[in-house]
Amino acid sequence: MSSKNSYDKPVGVIGAGSFGSAIANILSKNSDVILYARTREIAEQINKSKSLQGKELSDRIKPTNDLQLITDRCDVLFPIVPSENFPELIDDLSHFLKPYHILIHGTKGLIVDVDGWEENKDRKVIREDVYTMSRLIRERTLAVRIGCLAGPNLAKELADEHPAATVVASHFDEVIREGQRLLRNDRFQVYGSKDLLGIELTGVLKNIIAIAAGALNGMGFGENARSLLISRGLIEMIYLGQMFGANTQAFLGLAGIGDLVATCSSTLSRNFTVGERLGKGEQLSDILGSMEETAEGINTIKIIVRLMKAYPMRAPITESLNKVIRGDMTIEEALRFLMKSPFSIDFDFF
Amino acid sequence: MRRLTRIPQVIDTSKTYEPILFDDEVWPVVKLAKNRKEFIERVTEESFRRLKKLRPNLNAMIEELELTRYREKLRYKTNPWKVDPDDEVIFWNSVKSRLVDLDNADKTKKQELVNQILWDIVHRYVQEITGNFKPSHYRLARRIIKFGFARLLNAARIKKFGSFWRGDLTLQDKIQITGEAEQLRKLAKIGTVVIVPTHFSNLDSILIGWVIHTLGLPPFIYGAGLNLFNMEIFAYFMNSLGAYKVDRRKKNLIYLESLRTYSSMALQDGCHSLFFPGGTRSRSGKLENRLKLGLLGTAIEAQRINYEKGEEGRHNKIFIVPVVTNYNFVLEAPVLIRNYLERKGQERYYVESDRYDKSGRILKFLIEFFTKGNNISVSIGRGLDLFGNYVNDEGMSIDSHGNRINSRDYFLFKGKISADVQREEEYTRMLSEVIIREYHRINRVQSSHLVAFTAFRLIRNQYKNLDLYSVLRLPTDEIEIKYSDFRRAFSKLRNRIIELFNEHKVDMATHLTEDLDKVIDLGITNVGMYHSRRPLLKNKKGNIITQDINNMYYYHNRMDGYELEKFL
Repeated sequence: MSSKNSYDKPVGVIGAGSFGSAIANILSKNSDVILYARTREIAEQINKSKSLQGKELSDRIKPTNDLQLITDRCDVLFPIVPSENFPELIDDLSHFLKPYHILIHGTKGLIVDVDGWEENKDRKVIREDVYTMSRLIRERTLAVRIGCLAGPNLAKELADEHPAATVVASHFDEVIREGQRLLRNDRFQVYGSKDLLGIELTGVLKNIIAIAAGALNGMGFGENARSLLISRGLIEMIYLGQMFGANTQAFLGLAGIGDLVATCSSTLSRNFTVGERLGKGEQLSDILGSMEETAEGINTIKIIVRLMKAYPMRAPITESLNKVIRGDMTIEEALRFLMKSPFSIDFDFF
Repeated sequence: MRRLTRIPQVIDTSKTYEPILFDDEVWPVVKLAKNRKEFIERVTEESFRRLKKLRPNLNAMIEELELTRYREKLRYKTNPWKVDPDDEVIFWNSVKSRLVDLDNADKTKKQELVNQILWDIVHRYVQEITGNFKPSHYRLARRIIKFGFARLLNAARIKKFGSFWRGDLTLQDKIQITGEAEQLRKLAKIGTVVIVPTHFSNLDSILIGWVIHTLGLPPFIYGAGLNLFNMEIFAYFMNSLGAYKVDRRKKNLIYLESLRTYSSMALQDGCHSLFFPGGTRSRSGKLENRLKLGLLGTAIEAQRINYEKGEEGRHNKIFIVPVVTNYNFVLEAPVLIRNYLERKGQERYYVESDRYDKSGRILKFLIEFFTKGNNISVSIGRGLDLFGNYVNDEGMSIDSHGNRINSRDYFLFKGKISADVQREEEYTRMLSEVIIREYHRINRVQSSHLVAFTAFRLIRNQYKNLDLYSVLRLPTDEIEIKYSDFRRAFSKLRNRIIELFNEHKVDMATHLTEDLDKVIDLGITNVGMYHSRRPLLKNKKGNIITQDINNMYYYHNRMDGYELEKFL
């Protein structure tokens, strides 16, 4: 469109964690950016130091902690906050979002909308109760032009401007086009997909496998073990995706296998780190207590295991990890169990 | 029993509604009827313009014309209907020779000739589609329908035809209207209403017609299958009641675009419309879980065009009102479910035959229907805008915080209204999801559907290793559910229904909260009560048996989509 320059609004990023600020930096190559931080102190801190978590921020990034301001000034927003904070953010945002807003989120988690579901074991948790972030945005706000970001995007490597690519998924062509226009640069390629649910779920489910990969690493095993896990893990992800009604294709692309390989191989991944420390014999509560940012995978495991009570299926990796994080099984026992699991068919889709 | 946190609506059958808008002159549908010729020209012109845009290349257009001609020939050769015009063969033969003549023309001449052919075809289609609505007939037809229904009903109640001419009962006793009737009346005054009902029975279009009259609303236009016009009785009423004609045999681009344009422009002119978004009757007995998007899409397009013409204001907003019809007994159920299973189970192609193709049969159907004491409820949903937001009584879209939404914003990109076909397709899909959600939400659960659901699920659980089709082939004398088991399961499901009702995810009839055994008995008595082979019965031991498991499956399907089976 030729009227592009007459309508140069800044782009909003909501969430000043490591991934949020990395995305803000990428966006700032093409546009002015407003970066929302949860507290005024953090916003002022960013403003003063022009940096975040030791990484320099571009001059084109203006921090704020005013949600109304960011929604008024920006038509396109990138919410990138941990899933546990997402519902609260959405409730606040719902007062300001308009139907023309474009939201492309980068959060890889799930939400269960049943009060006290973890304690109340009698209440079945069904698909209807489990929200992806895009569904949460869709049902709780007026925004409809919703998309997500997923791919092998380790925040530290993005910040260091290593070459990388991502997928923007949305049901709307215009969301994909805007996402590509805003994010693309010489070092960052952006693919588009119409399979919003599939792409979202790959990002969510891969965190489970990343924890397992970390555990193998922590126990001192090598590449054979990792490859075994990645390929079996991918199949488990596909089955779990099907439980939600997703197609297989997304799992085989950049956001699926691509992201899986990256997070299963890198200590830069939080989920991998949790797994690694579990593998070394630390207790989960100690690990979580000492981490600055959320490892989404732990929560995802709990939700998936609960869902599988209503939709019987086998997901041996997820189930074993669940027993480990609950303390019902040691990591060695889990490994022994998995090596004995009677699944002898390699790949049976399509 | 789970506690109720809200109260099911009690139906007041004595309520009557005055007609809204006394002055016939202002009904857009009347204006349209009066200026019928002019409207046909406008629709033709617009369809022509759109088709040229869709096929900008001359050769591609010629190909489209040839394809259309070929398909039309195939249609009238293999599947002719009584209602088809006499000059069909002549017209399409002339199209053929005109297409042949193109070869001799130079490029400019060719373009001119192609335009002419296209125009003629579109014009012919639009003429056929356009209804023959005559306002004078509307009042008469309306009176006859009311009169006729009331007669049949009296006969039904007193079970003798001798009482046919006595006027002591009204249809309103028998057909219960629940939900947002008052809001519907208000919306019809301030904007354009599109009613989207579920479709279970051939009776639906007459039933909804009756509801529209009873609520004092002006006539709605609706697409009626051309096959219905094969029957003179129906043709007379349809023409009188604002029906336009939809021929599902014609699937060519030119026809479909003409139809879409017709609907879109009638909506832009402010004509209230009725779509059955499920397309055909629900063969499975399930609430619609997938809608046809074509006509819904025209509503979204019409709304955008209205906004392009001016700011949001009176009379340019389009409202969607979902309606669910609820029968304890669907006469066609055995045929419908058989069709469904044939299609689903064996992927066998079957020729769609219309059982009600003769006036005599339809009359018999109506008499049977009304002489079999069968209460029907019609639930009217809250009005929605085209983006799935509820509207208030003033027609304003409201968000979950109760704030006003400017629905024009849905068409903005970078501050301006933009026409984005893909976006509007997506909006249509989203709207259809909301309509389906609303269907489930206003569906008024009756004990009859819940007993069928409970029984069928228990049987399925008992034969876990059999697939659906094997279960449906079980000999009926094999099937007996112990009453105590049935009672326990029914109670669990009723509790879940009450939970869903409390969360506004379903509606329920007042009788459902009564004493458990009474509710079960009522359900068993009512479900499919006049089928020769009953879906559910109690035997001497008080246990639950069936005479026809397919019928049981059909009525069970009505409660599909709530994941109730997870709570058994």
